[in-house]
Amino acid sequence: MWRVGTVVALHDETATARTITLEVPDWPDHVAGQHVDVRLTASDGYSAVRSYSIASAPNSERRVELTVERLTNGEVSPYLTQQVAVGDRLELRGPIGRWFVWRTQQTEPIQLVAGGSGLVPLMAMIRSRAAAGSTAPFRLLYSVREPGAAFYRGELQALSDLDPSVTLTYAYTRAAPKDWPRPPGRIDATLIAHRTWPSNLVPTCYVCGPTSFVESVSSLLTASGNDPDKIRTERFGPTGERQ
Amino acid sequence: MSIISRGFSGRRSAADVKLPPGQYLTTDFPVLSAGPTPHVPLDRWEFTIDDGTDVLRRWDWKSFRDLPSETITADLHCVTRWSKLGTSWEGVSLDTMLAYVKTDASYALVRSYGDYTTNLPLKDLMNNQAWIAFRFDGKDLAPEHGGPARLLVPHLYLWKSAKWVRGITLMHQDKPGFWESLGYHIYGDPWREQRYSGDE
Repeated sequence: MWRVGTVVALHDETATARTITLEVPDWPDHVAGQHVDVRLTASDGYSAVRSYSIASAPNSERRVELTVERLTNGEVSPYLTQQVAVGDRLELRGPIGRWFVWRTQQTEPIQLVAGGSGLVPLMAMIRSRAAAGSTAPFRLLYSVREPGAAFYRGELQALSDLDPSVTLTYAYTRAAPKDWPRPPGRIDATLIAHRTWPSNLVPTCYVCGPTSFVESVSSLLTASGNDPDKIRTERFGPTGERQ
Repeated sequence: MSIISRGFSGRRSAADVKLPPGQYLTTDFPVLSAGPTPHVPLDRWEFTIDDGTDVLRRWDWKSFRDLPSETITADLHCVTRWSKLGTSWEGVSLDTMLAYVKTDASYALVRSYGDYTTNLPLKDLMNNQAWIAFRFDGKDLAPEHGGPARLLVPHLYLWKSAKWVRGITLMHQDKPGFWESLGYHIYGDPWREQRYSGDE
């Protein structure tokens, strides 16, 4: 069940997050939003496993990209973000999960709401939409601490410039860029009202981030008229290491 | 045969702690659920046991809380690989509640507010192995952890301990619940590492 992937590229997204590109010869197709389990094994046989969301769209090159945020006191993420080198082999299991997924057949409006590294599975959805030539209208509301903490900024801007049915809104919680219209703060009802799909369009909402973020955003989405059945969530706690 | 991860040493649990395979120890209480947290007012809360056709027994909050309760100390094992040991709960044993119904069913589908379901053999809900819990660590159970009441069936992975429970449907044939229909194991024994469908 464990597959072996070879690290073919590494790319730092931020000071604490790194994208690892793996080539996995027997990789079956995945669906945007799915995750993998990654297993590290020490020389004495001790092993540790954590789940990471897949960042890449399904592709014919059997490549899988993971973006891993380094957690202070993490057991696996410091290794993946600091020690892994091109050419290393990693064991992984998956793709896993059939709930928090976006399939290219879906045509309804899609509302994505990400907190920090919770963007990763949502990025797979945005990339999958672009790769498939889907015209489903997407909105992303992305909450980050500060400008330097945002993942994939250039690529998101390019995708949105190219296609007006993908819109981006950044919400900064601690420090905003100069002249940013909104003072730093958490996502609130006003932002939900102005920057997410009106609930009468019946969007499917995907919310991913730390537990408190997901709790708060999904309550705001429900309060603004979205049916709880249309809100899918993925949470990670401080020790969950699931992204 | 595993591949050795060059330079990885890892952090091991204390030698005297026995965890199921592939789990690591945590001291906080992470949350995993599929959608928004339902908020169920106690005056509208009810718990029913049915056979798929008829309701066999119904409790409102008051009659449920009038049932004898017990304190439970349990080790929790989540399929996302964290384990938390020695957690403290208060709840009503399902032996107590199932004693009110007569059934020859072999399986149970546990139903939740928010339409979550999970399935398990009925015998796993009996013999002092399963409770409807309403207090955690001496406090009323918080909504994000399943309050007002959740199933506690700690010998299986934690997704079986359905949050926000509203009832149990007794069945003669097994029927996969929510995660069980989405690639997770039909039974979910952490000691046999039954995480995903296809695990033995």
